[in-house]
Amino acid sequence: MLTFIARRVLYSIPVLFVSTFLSFTFVSLAGNPTALLRQNPRIPLNTIHNIEIQNHLNRSIPVRYWFWLQDVFTHKLGKSLLTFQPIWPDITRTLGHTAQVICISESLAILLGVAVGIFSAIRQYSVFDYLFTSVSFLGYAMPTFWLALLLQILFVDIYLKWNVRIFYTSGLNNPHHGTWSLDRLQHIALPVMTLCIISFALYSRYMRASMLDVINSDYVRTARAKGLAEWRVIMRHIVRNALIPIVTVAALNLGGLLGGAIVTETVFSLDGIGYYFIQRLQAADLYAVMAYLVVTSVVIIVFNLIADVLYGFLDPRIRYE
Amino acid sequence: MSEPTVAPRAAGASSVVDSTIEAGLEVKVRSQWDYARRRFLRHRLAITGLTGLVIIFGAGIFANLIAPYSFSEIDLTNILHGPTTVGHHFFGTDEIGRDYFSRVIWGIRTSEEVGLVVAATSSLFGLLVGAVAGYYGGWIDNLLMRFTDLVLTLPALAILLTAAALLGQGSQWRTTFILAAFFWTGIARVVRGVFLSLREKEYVEAAKAAGAGDARIMFRHILPNTLGPIIVNGTLAVGIAIVTEAALSFLGFGIKPPTPSLGVLVAGAQTNPQQWWLTIFPGLTIVLIVLCVNFVGDGLRDALDPTQRRIRA
Repeated sequence: MLTFIARRVLYSIPVLFVSTFLSFTFVSLAGNPTALLRQNPRIPLNTIHNIEIQNHLNRSIPVRYWFWLQDVFTHKLGKSLLTFQPIWPDITRTLGHTAQVICISESLAILLGVAVGIFSAIRQYSVFDYLFTSVSFLGYAMPTFWLALLLQILFVDIYLKWNVRIFYTSGLNNPHHGTWSLDRLQHIALPVMTLCIISFALYSRYMRASMLDVINSDYVRTARAKGLAEWRVIMRHIVRNALIPIVTVAALNLGGLLGGAIVTETVFSLDGIGYYFIQRLQAADLYAVMAYLVVTSVVIIVFNLIADVLYGFLDPRIRYE
Repeated sequence: MSEPTVAPRAAGASSVVDSTIEAGLEVKVRSQWDYARRRFLRHRLAITGLTGLVIIFGAGIFANLIAPYSFSEIDLTNILHGPTTVGHHFFGTDEIGRDYFSRVIWGIRTSEEVGLVVAATSSLFGLLVGAVAGYYGGWIDNLLMRFTDLVLTLPALAILLTAAALLGQGSQWRTTFILAAFFWTGIARVVRGVFLSLREKEYVEAAKAAGAGDARIMFRHILPNTLGPIIVNGTLAVGIAIVTEAALSFLGFGIKPPTPSLGVLVAGAQTNPQQWWLTIFPGLTIVLIVLCVNFVGDGLRDALDPTQRRIRA
């Protein structure tokens, strides 16, 4: 197991370098960070040249990549070329907010999705099954940004009509409220709901399919033949095995979630990492965009690795040499 | 008992078939495509989806005939009017009095062009790369798989957004190009998998022994067996491409406003959240398109799987 983890980590390192180099090339070609400065007539061209030389903007892209790499390792992802502020504090702050939203919505989505999947599979072709099959089909077809907008409009309307503030529709929290305050929860409730509905559709479908795969296997018949109570057959024998593939689905869903977070956080103006990425991309802030890409790919690689390791623990048939 | 009806004799029919003819049963030769078509036609959801798609895409194709107004016709005396039949403003009007029904219809046209072109080009390209990678293996296969690894380490939306920022956004065809350049990898991976397993089959060996060249084996012998997954993936890609285009346009990195696409319309509606029709109609159209595409895709998946003969055809 340890050699497997070591090999996977070692394999991820060149993947990370190649992917960052490619995105660095793309992003550098995309925008000139000094374009904004050049528009300002009060800044003399000399100053701009100095800035370019200081930041190696006059060099070729591989050389700039090399300097950027040094910055990443020695100065925690370096400084923004536009604001000259360090990037690291922004990244940790926004990533924390996104993590809070994603963790809550994922826990809810997995809990609900698994529960609904179990019942749908046990009562296959019942009204309940059909209802939630339709719901998950809708959830699949629903664009994240539209769902977010609908929720926002709904709660703005509720506020305007009855003057009750159930959930806030934009922002992270009012001043002087902490991470787990009621005020914060009221703010992040709608983003959480958006991501939760989208993921719920996924998990309930997978759980249902995975249950149906297991439900007809021989050992389940054996368990029933031994005279076990039905709930025991379901909870101990079927559900435990049906849950295993969900681990992989959840890990692979992380990329989609971070993408969904870009859209959701933008709609709700939530100070998360996706919103940060969109703003920095619009401003052509080269190094901040790179920081986002690096951080998200590290997060995704780590979670995929965790999922593979967990999979090996949960399913004894899987052995990594 | 009267004379047994004589059915047209199938070519190369054996004596078993003769006896069924004598028993009065008709024997019909059906190809795999016949079976697939029959299975598809019995799939109720798929037919519903197909009907929906024909209606929605038909409205887009004939936008110039159906839309009562042009998508850019401004009427400042009729601003932000709710849905009404007066003046055929079925979906109301927007903040500068443009007829929203016409805008949604033209938006469907843009979105369906993007969806269909992306699905077609990425399927074709993915098919070629996947076939070569799966059949020959070697460096193309390696490159494809490593590239897939790279793509999997980032959120897809982030890659697309960065690419859109690089290539410059605005035009419909640039957005189409970006999506197609990203989508082919998925189809290539599917085709590669099928080729990898089929190239070891006996019938491929037989074709080789008969002296068939590589191109003939790949495209005459193996390709027909991969068409099922390709068609299903290509169909689903239409829906995914339309949603992704909408998301890109919504975030301001896709198609730019003078051209109406469904995503552009939803993005524009953000300035007037109180006028519900501005958000509901284009968004609902996207949901309906994707729902129908998914139903058709599911039906095709069931129909094109030759191992499945559950539905009596």
